[in-house]
Amino acid sequence: MNAGLRHVFLASLARRRLATALSLLAIALGVALGLAVQLIHGAALDEFGRGMRLVAGEADLQVMGPRTGFDDALYVVLAQRPEVADASPILEVEASLPQRDDILRVFGVDALRVRRVQPALMPVPEGEAGGEFGIFAADAVFLSPAAQAALALGEDTDVGTGGTLAVLAGPREEHLRILGSVPGAGRGQRLAVMDIAAAQQLFDQVGRITRIDLRLAQGVDRDAAIERLRPLLPAGVELLAPEAAASQVAGLSRAYRVNLTMLAAIALLTGGFLVFSTQLLSVVRRRQELAFLRALGLDRRTLLRGLLAEGAVLGLVGGLVGVALGYVLSGLAFSIVGADLGAGYFEGVEPGLRFEPLATAAYLVLGVAAGVGGAWLPAREASRVAPARALRAGDDVEVWRARPRWSAALASLGLALLLCLLPPLGGVPVFGYAAIALILVGSVLVLPAVVRLAMRCVGGVGSVGGGRSVLLRLAHARLAAAPGQVLVAGAGVVASVALAAAMAIMVSSFRTSVDDWLSDVLPADLYLRASSSGTSAFLTPEVIAGVAATPGVSSVQPVRYDTLRLDEAQFPVTLIARPVAEGAAVPLVEGDAESVRGADGLPPAWVSEAMADLFRVAVGDTLSLPLGGAPHRFRVAGVWRDYARQHGAVLVELADYRALTNDSRSNNVAIRVAPGVQAEAVAAALQAQFDGRNFELAAPGDIRSKTLAVFDRTFLVTYLMEAVAILIGLFGVSTSFAALATARRKEFGMLRHLGLTRRDIGRLLALEGALGAAVGVAVGLAAGGAVALVLVEVVNRQSFHWSMDIRVPLAALAAFAVALVLLAAVAARLSGYQAMRQAAVLAVREDF
Amino acid sequence: MRAYIAAALLWLASGVSAAPQAQTGSGSNDARDPPGYPPVVAGRALQFPADHGAHPDYRTEWWYVTGWVTDEDGVERGFQVTFFRVRTRIGEDSPSRFAPRQLILAHAAVADPAEGRLLHAERGERALDPLAGAATGHTRAWIGNWALEWSQDHYRAIVDADDFAYDLRFDPAGPPLSNGQDGFSQKAPDPQHASYYYSRPQLGVSGSLRVRDKTHRVTGRAWLDHEWSSAYLPEKARGWDWIGINLSDGGALMAFRMRTATGEATWTAGTLRRGDGAPRALAPAQVAFIPGRRWRSPRTGTEYPVEWQLDIDGRRLALQPLMDDQELDSRGTTGAVYWEGAVRLVEDGREIGRGYLEMTGYGERLKM
Repeated sequence: MNAGLRHVFLASLARRRLATALSLLAIALGVALGLAVQLIHGAALDEFGRGMRLVAGEADLQVMGPRTGFDDALYVVLAQRPEVADASPILEVEASLPQRDDILRVFGVDALRVRRVQPALMPVPEGEAGGEFGIFAADAVFLSPAAQAALALGEDTDVGTGGTLAVLAGPREEHLRILGSVPGAGRGQRLAVMDIAAAQQLFDQVGRITRIDLRLAQGVDRDAAIERLRPLLPAGVELLAPEAAASQVAGLSRAYRVNLTMLAAIALLTGGFLVFSTQLLSVVRRRQELAFLRALGLDRRTLLRGLLAEGAVLGLVGGLVGVALGYVLSGLAFSIVGADLGAGYFEGVEPGLRFEPLATAAYLVLGVAAGVGGAWLPAREASRVAPARALRAGDDVEVWRARPRWSAALASLGLALLLCLLPPLGGVPVFGYAAIALILVGSVLVLPAVVRLAMRCVGGVGSVGGGRSVLLRLAHARLAAAPGQVLVAGAGVVASVALAAAMAIMVSSFRTSVDDWLSDVLPADLYLRASSSGTSAFLTPEVIAGVAATPGVSSVQPVRYDTLRLDEAQFPVTLIARPVAEGAAVPLVEGDAESVRGADGLPPAWVSEAMADLFRVAVGDTLSLPLGGAPHRFRVAGVWRDYARQHGAVLVELADYRALTNDSRSNNVAIRVAPGVQAEAVAAALQAQFDGRNFELAAPGDIRSKTLAVFDRTFLVTYLMEAVAILIGLFGVSTSFAALATARRKEFGMLRHLGLTRRDIGRLLALEGALGAAVGVAVGLAAGGAVALVLVEVVNRQSFHWSMDIRVPLAALAAFAVALVLLAAVAARLSGYQAMRQAAVLAVREDF
Repeated sequence: MRAYIAAALLWLASGVSAAPQAQTGSGSNDARDPPGYPPVVAGRALQFPADHGAHPDYRTEWWYVTGWVTDEDGVERGFQVTFFRVRTRIGEDSPSRFAPRQLILAHAAVADPAEGRLLHAERGERALDPLAGAATGHTRAWIGNWALEWSQDHYRAIVDADDFAYDLRFDPAGPPLSNGQDGFSQKAPDPQHASYYYSRPQLGVSGSLRVRDKTHRVTGRAWLDHEWSSAYLPEKARGWDWIGINLSDGGALMAFRMRTATGEATWTAGTLRRGDGAPRALAPAQVAFIPGRRWRSPRTGTEYPVEWQLDIDGRRLALQPLMDDQELDSRGTTGAVYWEGAVRLVEDGREIGRGYLEMTGYGERLKM
């Protein structure tokens, strides 16, 4: 493109500064959100994967069991096998720290073996406090640099070498000497290392380990080794390649990550719509100018290229701003919400922000694509028109004569319906997202028809009114004659309103369902927990007995948690053992809570929806669960709703669990208070009884409000993205009306001559804006309802395997719709202000 | 004479900086009587076969085999294998199978003139039956497939490393040779620095030896030391020189010298048995080590007297190495640097015996 043409095209962007700036901003926001989501999750996953590899070290295979571990005799067996060159036993404990909510991963290692298999976990003493056998000392602990930094935030923790660290071990608080560091762990890993014998004794896990990392002998093939070693493993213990563990975690969070990326993509799409509407308007306004250029000899292709270049420049600049903003957002997110954006997928890692050339380039290209894509239709339209016709004044009305496209609209909506019936691909509801995109496309396609229909209704109302309704009639005439105008202003509104409404319905359904679910699972009056998190703390039978004997307590229901490995390809499921027969609540969606054994004598088990989906089990099936190192058969008695564990959970009778495992510990206990006794009084009595022990006592209300706070935090990012989408939609209304108003200067001049005041014209514009927006909002709400259905029934169901009851927040949606219509009216009125200031005579003269 | 190495190996195993201990040259054994370990006292006669086994109450113990072997082509090589046992006094009442009460460390090397330098490897484990341990009652120490054990009438050593491996049988020619006063071996003027110490000289060697990819049938003569103690090294000692020589007449000579940082001897002693005669303990005055030709290591820059003049019981003897470069350079792992190699004992220009020489504490102050 030569300098002259560059001036003709690109300078046009500079002339309509507001519209250009808003388009830029829209693209920038879309790019920024998408890139930030990518960066944050990429960094978190990398660091998580690094942690996995770090812990695995040079291991070829890892032997992994349930969270409570397995018999350490297996280590002795495996270490002697000829296939195994080196075996390193590990007892990993998620240690609870007193007066802190977070956990510390403590690795009990054999320092003499960890050196050969996982050198990064090597404890290195600092100073001479530990003496020559410091790494073996029963009260010695070594902290990774990240753990030292994190724990130093605590007030009374002296994390320097020679300081002490308090951890919860069962019901006790133990003080460990910090004798050095774990320098190999790197900056991002929060962990501690101690001697394996010391860890076993400290955490009451003597005889148990949670993992064995194996290096295979030279020339031994991994598959062959798996085949020969697997028969030696007890039930529930798996032999995994180190990559498998990392990919299990990545798989677990994938659906969530895709979800956020899709939201960002929709923001970007809305940006594209905005480019479309501003470009279309700009092309209309320049109709004569462009036709003149054509008449002067500019060929069709050059014109098309020039107009596309305008869109590309918008996309590129917006993309560049978006990239910068994306990095700023990621940096803020890391320091404020954490790497998982508050969703709790990546505990214990502290990733840093890094430059990602590939993702950055990809999002920049997406920004340009949005710009070019938005400019494509207007450019084609402008290049196709015959110059002779376009040179005629008043021809621009042609552009606004949008035809309804019923067949295309119905086809896309029908296809969307079909796509909803398809299963997910790789755990990601690809077809659900495609259906959402088709619904949005369909709703934009039906817009012209809806505008006609609406104008017919408005026409009816207008004819009855008379008098002041002249403005209404004018607005009606304008919109009915040129539905394309509504289309342009409305397309962005439809997309953003649909998205916002869908998210609002989905989140409201979800939140209400979670709230109901919490009432179901928290029926007791008080809950006593060994600690807020982690596996190192537990309640002994003596403690439970002490609770039961407290005056005012009518019954106690202990709960035990563990994890079970059922399948090497899947993340372990959570095992919950509770006294179901004694009335522990199960939020069932299928089956019943009768815990009687069937005719086959198999004990009952209740699986969560996620487990039913992931492991394809249904009520009545038999289920083999590895408990206490041996497989045991259960009968699936019901399916229950579980919003807490996306990887699946299985509930069994506490009595069955204890009989099979001899494990009499509990993690928490639900306490029912006798009738007529105040829960607070019992709480005070328990507090006094267990003074100095690190037990946590909570009322169901506290747990509920904490859980909902976590829920809201998780959706905070969603809310933010929603707000951005709506903002972009409003930009669309404002810019399109501003451009329209400029294009209609002569029309306004004529109206002024006919006796309308400047105020009347302002009202006319506001009315047109409100009508246009009302149609857009109405279509958007309908589309939003459909999208919400897809989100709840397809996307959520397939991503997270949970069902929910649909709740439409009618009041909020109505308020939102009214507010949007009013805002559109105000935006249209304000944007027309410039055009109305011109003298009537001047405006009309343009025509001659 | 292996405490220094034991200390170094322990640090190797733990990844710990051994600098504070190594700088004083006293290894893991401090001069002060470590609390909780039984003292080594004179007058306790060695009891066989019980004393062939481990003494887990004592702090440090080792079985140390060195020797010369000749393969089917007549090529001569030296070899060395040591098993250490260290009592940590940690977790002694722990019910965990991983309780680190006893640590077992092993070290092995081959001196092949064709290689020009030592091949060596080491292992370390906590004692955990059946993976690693040291048995009581009879000689048996092992880590994985590395082992040194007595069965019926002979010892057997199995070592398998990347660069070398051997499986050797050692047949004793006579009863154990007690060093010092009936096995009470003093290390300093203060008798609290002492060990229980006996040797098995003139062990007939047969078996296989692999160097890199080539396996050889070998025969030869070896020497076994078994020593256990609780407080071994005097405070001032920076290093020592030690020899164990199988004499050609069927006799045996063991001698050592404890050295200060300035190279002065703080203590010397030895045991000499001529032919089939009775062993004689040598008093400090009867043993003198006089350094001769020096060799500078191209790797560490350390100078070692690789040839020596020995004044033993009025005789003037000389030591000549199988090859100069028998420096053990483990800076990559333990940081310990010392010289340990095969030597010939010469009297009046005639070879009268073969064995091993160990020299420690010649390097710069160890910074590991």
